[in-house]
Amino acid sequence: MKTTKNIMIVGVGGQGTLLTSRILGRLATAAGYDVKLSEVHGMAQRGGSVVTFVRYGEKVAEPIVEVGQADVLIAFERLEALRYLHYLQKDGVVVVNDLRIDPITVVTGAAEYPDDIIGTLRKARRTIAVPATEEAKKLGAPRTFNVVVLGAAARHMGFAKEDWIRVIEATVPPKTVEINKKAFETGYALSV
Amino acid sequence: MSETKILLGNEAIARGAYEAGVKVSSAYPGTPSTEVSETLAKYSEVYAEWAPNEKVATEVALGASVAGVRSMCAMKHVGVNVAADPLYTAAYTGVRGGMVLVAADDPGMYSSQNEQDTRMIARAAMLPVIEPSDSAEAKEFMKFAYDFSEKYDTPVILRTTTRLSHSQGPVKLEPRQERPDIPYEKDIAKYVMMPGNAIKRHVVVEERLKRMAEDANTLPINRVEYGDLSVGFITSGIAYQYVKEAMPNASVLKLGLLNPLPRKLIEGFASKVEKLYIFEELEPVIEEQVKSWGITKAVGKELFTRQGEYSANLLRERVLGEKISADAPAKVPARPPILCPGCPHRSVFTALKRLKLHATGDIGCYTLGAVAPLGVIETTVCMGSGISMLHGMEKAKGKDYIRNWVAVIGDSTFMHTGINSLMNMAYNQSTATVVILDNSITAMTGHQDHPATGKTLKGETVPAIDPAAICRAMNIKNVCVVNSLDQAELQEALKRETAREELSVIIARSPCALLKGVKFPNKCVTVQDACRKCGACLQPGCPALTKKADGTIQIDEVMCNGCGLCMQLCRFGAIKMKKAGE
Repeated sequence: MKTTKNIMIVGVGGQGTLLTSRILGRLATAAGYDVKLSEVHGMAQRGGSVVTFVRYGEKVAEPIVEVGQADVLIAFERLEALRYLHYLQKDGVVVVNDLRIDPITVVTGAAEYPDDIIGTLRKARRTIAVPATEEAKKLGAPRTFNVVVLGAAARHMGFAKEDWIRVIEATVPPKTVEINKKAFETGYALSV
Repeated sequence: MSETKILLGNEAIARGAYEAGVKVSSAYPGTPSTEVSETLAKYSEVYAEWAPNEKVATEVALGASVAGVRSMCAMKHVGVNVAADPLYTAAYTGVRGGMVLVAADDPGMYSSQNEQDTRMIARAAMLPVIEPSDSAEAKEFMKFAYDFSEKYDTPVILRTTTRLSHSQGPVKLEPRQERPDIPYEKDIAKYVMMPGNAIKRHVVVEERLKRMAEDANTLPINRVEYGDLSVGFITSGIAYQYVKEAMPNASVLKLGLLNPLPRKLIEGFASKVEKLYIFEELEPVIEEQVKSWGITKAVGKELFTRQGEYSANLLRERVLGEKISADAPAKVPARPPILCPGCPHRSVFTALKRLKLHATGDIGCYTLGAVAPLGVIETTVCMGSGISMLHGMEKAKGKDYIRNWVAVIGDSTFMHTGINSLMNMAYNQSTATVVILDNSITAMTGHQDHPATGKTLKGETVPAIDPAAICRAMNIKNVCVVNSLDQAELQEALKRETAREELSVIIARSPCALLKGVKFPNKCVTVQDACRKCGACLQPGCPALTKKADGTIQIDEVMCNGCGLCMQLCRFGAIKMKKAGE
């Protein structure tokens, strides 16, 4: 691994981007790295664009990821993947939940939701699109879709699967440990 | 044994206060400062409370300090303005137990109405300001700040910024140092700031400032890291990290104390490096002083901006002349902040819009009533301002002019400073209509309690203060409480009260849709055949509603909270309520 690994997690307010970044932060700390995380809360509790940065390595100074520097872009919604795509290195990978949430600008007709976002992403960067929302519904736990996406992205962050499982066990509420482990395994299997 | 944990900057600040033996904390929530108080409240050794506003919080902390214990108050930068009255004089009285005011600035204005720099206020108030640059330092500097406060007999401002408050990094946890209370001692000359005493204290303040400035030259939190001498940076806070990221070999003078500045240390550093950059976010607080000492080679705002956040890329671009290339961002529709599905404010704004009423607004979730598609809030300045501004409009333009205006304010904001503004309206015979949007919580910062919720920061149940009773106690005759989610009741009340030539208060009440314990048992669904594609249900801008390709409406079942607003707007009975899960 090169000195510092830059991960971005983006989504829509309420999708669990903050919790997901904390799981990754704990994992990197447990592995002995210096870690910095940074989150951007907008004004709204729900529905706005949310971005979090996770950086880990020998010694990390800046808590944010700069444009063109991200190794992995994890997106919980298609449009948000496209919005932050320019943060990704040329050989970076985007792991995207194949989900559409219309922003209010689209609902009111002021803007249009772009067609074939996954196609656009694929042309620009290596793209792994996963139907995480569908898979989480199949598990009977629609809210765990973020862990499904994380599972799909896990192969690109240089940690062993067992370590991921261990940190999920330690981070999520005790009652939801089993379902979150299942969600992670589902995502992990999807990204082969 | 010490344990290392990943902590938010704010959590680390709270940990620092805890370890320093703080016993009393008072604060008003505001992004990005809120988590400091929420974290500190979890320690049973600390009494922590939400105050109705920052002035009160500062006075509580000062009282605790005078009584001989270490105390804290916390607020966002705009809150420091509210606190300014006691703060400037607290600089005169000094402290007894150490006192720290945590102020969180917001470069980039992620959640604020302006971009002010607390270091300017610290200078004006002649108070020391200390600035950490990551979570680990945040904790250490808090402990340092308490020792410093007691050593120099002064309140200390610990300044943080959004990027620091909301970043996480490893912090080594250490045990709390329990401190015996300093016995109270009557000292009228020090604590009663009537002119005769204050004149003498002003001298003390100036002498203290000189002493601190001298000592600052050898203070451990002001640190020189010599490297490549051809280029040097004077920097502080999060900006230091950007220097280390972009130019790790450059020489750096990292300032931990930002007021007063260490002149000898700075002059020494400046003489050793060839090129000198002052890299500080927001205002040129270091730069102007450094230049005033005749260090003319210093380069600051000529190169770097006074606006927004800095970054390592900014340095690379401006100092190294590197062109930062990245693909142009794709053209992507904006995803602006919106009111949540089921938010009771959306219903009130819809009623205002349908009645073609204008509104002076305030700070809170309901500020979002200014954005499309609602667009009914026409002013937002600071906490409490909506009510006083409408009063000003009436006095300027007359009673008739404001008949189609209302002031809107939230329940927490009403308790903060709205109460004073309403008192002014009652006293000075306003005839306007004030709508208190009572969702029973401080919602925007993430659900903090306040005097009208019946819960304290520590989670204890207490008698709630009733806003309606307060209004009546002001001799306001027309006070009514309506259900925010009932359009007919709302519109009727708005029509009735705005027509009146008397001051009225409408309390539109319905809990925040995200509040724990608020259950929406129903979901809204469209009856496709009955939909006439008129779009009336889309007007309030609920994110759960989307238009299908054929023009009919679809309601997202996961998002919908079943508030029924869209159903009340549909004239064709095309939206029905069903039990969730059916």
